[in-house]
This record gives sequence, C-alpha cells and structure tokens, in this order.
Amino acid sequence: MQNVTRDARRETWLWFAQRASAAVLGICVVVHLITIIYATRGGLSGAEILARTRGNSAWLAFYSVFVLAVAVHAPIGLRAIATEWLGWTGASRDWSLAAFGVALIVMGFSATWAVFQ
Amino acid sequence: MRVNAIGTRHHSARRGAAYVAFLVHRLSGLALALFLPVHFWALAQALRAEAELEGFLRWTDSPLVKAAEWTLVLLLAAHAGGGLRLLALEFLPWRDWQRSLLAVAAAFTVVVGLAFALAL
Amino acid sequence: MLHVSVWRGTEQGHYVDYEVPRQTSQTVLDVVTYIQRKLDSTLAYRYACRVGMCGSCAMTVNGVARWTCRTHVAAVTGEGSSLQIAPLANLPVVRDLATDMREFFNKWARAKGQYEGSRTRRDDFAAVKPASKEAQALQAGIECIGCGVCYASCDVVKWRSDYLGPAALNRAWTLVNDVRDDARSERLRAVSGDAGCHSCHTHLSCTERCPKHISPTASIAGLKRATVAAVLKGAL
Repeated sequence: MQNVTRDARRETWLWFAQRASAAVLGICVVVHLITIIYATRGGLSGAEILARTRGNSAWLAFYSVFVLAVAVHAPIGLRAIATEWLGWTGASRDWSLAAFGVALIVMGFSATWAVFQ
Repeated sequence: MRVNAIGTRHHSARRGAAYVAFLVHRLSGLALALFLPVHFWALAQALRAEAELEGFLRWTDSPLVKAAEWTLVLLLAAHAGGGLRLLALEFLPWRDWQRSLLAVAAAFTVVVGLAFALAL
Repeated sequence: MLHVSVWRGTEQGHYVDYEVPRQTSQTVLDVVTYIQRKLDSTLAYRYACRVGMCGSCAMTVNGVARWTCRTHVAAVTGEGSSLQIAPLANLPVVRDLATDMREFFNKWARAKGQYEGSRTRRDDFAAVKPASKEAQALQAGIECIGCGVCYASCDVVKWRSDYLGPAALNRAWTLVNDVRDDARSERLRAVSGDAGCHSCHTHLSCTERCPKHISPTASIAGLKRATVAAVLKGAL
C-alpha cells in the first residue's frame, strides 16, 4: 500500500538535496575550471599539481566538500535516468545508486588525501 | 520521420530548444558520472609516488588524451551552465526572459571550452 | 487536393489515405469532418463546439498535438499538400482519432485537483486580493479546459506512465494559490510523490503547445518551491 506522506517527503528531500548540492557544485566547478585552465597553461605536470595541493588544508577542505557534493548530486541525477530511460524502479535501483554514492565518497576522499599528504 | 507510441512512422515534431537543453544536460551529466570514478582513481595513484603520477601525466600529453580532456571540460561547463539555467527557471519568479537563459548557458559553455583549448 | 493520412484502428492499426478538396480558411477539423461525412462514415473522432472553447477536438496533426478546429490547414501544410492526422499521444486509443481520457482525469483527481473549502454561509466572504502574488499565480493557470494537448506533448508522461502530467499539476498549483482552499498540505503531498512535480524536467513542450498559453512548467516550478518550503518546515 503506497504511503503518500512517506513518498512525498522522500521525493521532496531528494529534489532539495539535488538542488542544494548543485548550488555548492556551481561554486566548486567554477573554482575547479579556473584552476584547470590556469594550471594547464604550458602543459600539465604532476609536480605542479602536488606543489599546489600537498599539505594545503584549504585545498583539502575544498576537495572534500566537492567530493561530498558530487556524491549526493550524481546518484540522484542517475536515479531519474534509471527510472525514465531504463524503467528501473524500486528498492534495487535506490540501493544500487546509494552504493555508487558511497563508492564516490570512498574513491574521492582517497584521491583527495593522496594529493594532500 | 520517427516511430510514435502507436508504432508507425509519422512526421517528426520539431523539438523545442528547451528539450535540446535537457538532452545536453542529461547526457553530459551521465558522461561525467561515469568519468568521475576514473578521475578519482587516477588521482589516487599519486599516493604511490610523484614519479608515477608524473608518468601518468606524460601519457596524458598525447593528442588523443588532450582531446578527451577538452571534451570533459566542455561537458562539465555544459552541465554546469545548463544546471544554473535550471536553478533560475525553478527558483526565480517566472519571466519570459528566462527562456533565453539557454543562450546564456550555451555561451558559457563555449567560453569555457575556448579558454581551455587556448590554455593547452 | 489535400493528401490526408488518417490513423485507423486502436493502438494496432495503420494510416489510410484520403483525398480531400482544398478550401480557403479550411481547418483540420473541416478536413476530418469531410472525410467522415463524404468518404468514410466509419471514421471515429470527437468534437463539440468547433470554435476553440471546449478542447474536445485535440488530435496529433503532422506530429504535433493541436486543437483541430483552430488549426488552419495552410498553417501546417505550408507549401505542401499533405496532412497526417493521428489521435493524441500518451493516451489509450478508443478507435481511430478518439482517445480514452479517463487516466488523464484520474491523474487530475490523484493530484487533488479539486477545491476543498470549509466556509459556510454563516462565515464572512473570503477576502482575495486580486493583485496578490497568489491571485496572479492562480489566474495564470485557471483557464485550463482539460483538452489534453500538454499531456500528449509531454516526454515524461511518455517515459513514465504514472507521471501526473502538466495539466493535473497545473490545476493543483492554482488550488495551492487559492486562499479559500483548505486542503493545502494534503495537496502538496499528493503532487510530490514518486511520479509528481519533481519529475518535470522543464522540456517546456507543454508550455509551447498549450492553446490557452498557460505555462504548466511555471506552475510545476511553483509546486517544487512550495513542496520544498513545506518539507523544510516539517509541514509536508
């Protein structure tokens, strides 16, 4: 039996999380794009990247926020594609996407840590 | 001509600009979501040694990879531009000028793409 | 002469070709009526007012959902002389050009598209300020006559058969803005379920096609804002 209130709250919170994370990502992406364009002038090198990020708490904080926002934003976006284009609905879809989100956090934090330490 | 729900071909309805914006936004998002794990993995390789990261990045100097990088930057700019347009459509009081936000989003994408291409 | 392909059958069927004499200021409804009266009396189709007030005559003309009584043949054929007429998309086909509108109106009810008031004759009149934000939002969407053109034009309806659709959500939005209505919380819950307002992806097809120039997309954006405000306040 469908629970209207539960569905309404879930769908509304997911939509809100998607837009809120989008707002955060809007800022992160602009910073990221400027950094990429600035950093790739004259070619990209590992030393340049690491010189910028090694031991720098500001970049650590920035990328951590970036990773969290993306880990929220991407699975919710994929959820709509799964429902509308693959006809994939229900708990299996949601658990799979949650797992993908967790994977993004784990991989993202390990990457952030890798360039920090 | 495309097949409709009834199952036979009919004249293709002209697709509005907003539909194209949706398609670009969704497909770029999908591509970025699939790219992200690869991106994180590559960076995590820096844990091994700076030299290894260096080796990896020399690989990224090849033109094919440069083209792929440029495509990704373009996808990111397109997705972000389209996303900002959506936030405006959904949160700001409805005005007709919002329909031309598509042009703004597209311009943003092109500018970023050019900036990156020139920086390479 | 016009070369007209008309859908015959139900979901299974085929296009049948007819030759119809061309007239000045001819509408697509004129064409369909000519076919049914002069060429093939077994053709099933719907119309009522034939002057653009009832919305009964909506069909798919050259791939686009339109009111056939208000669509001049010249406007859709241009220089050419071929017309393709099919029933409205996204709806079951009763026969030929007539669709089953029940699910369209069931979704209207599911979105709580009905007014619910509790004032009695012993209460004072409700004070509605015409210049208020709510009254203007209501006015912008109130002229919907339930013709189904927006619903037939919506990709999300096509992709998800349970999506409430632009018309039902637009009507719900007008009621959310009706200060006399008492069922606001219940209505916001009804429209924000699994296949509710959050499934709209702003393709704007509904807004482009609505013959009354209503923007269901704007109404649905309003519902998105209203539901998120409610959930943040714990009122959903």
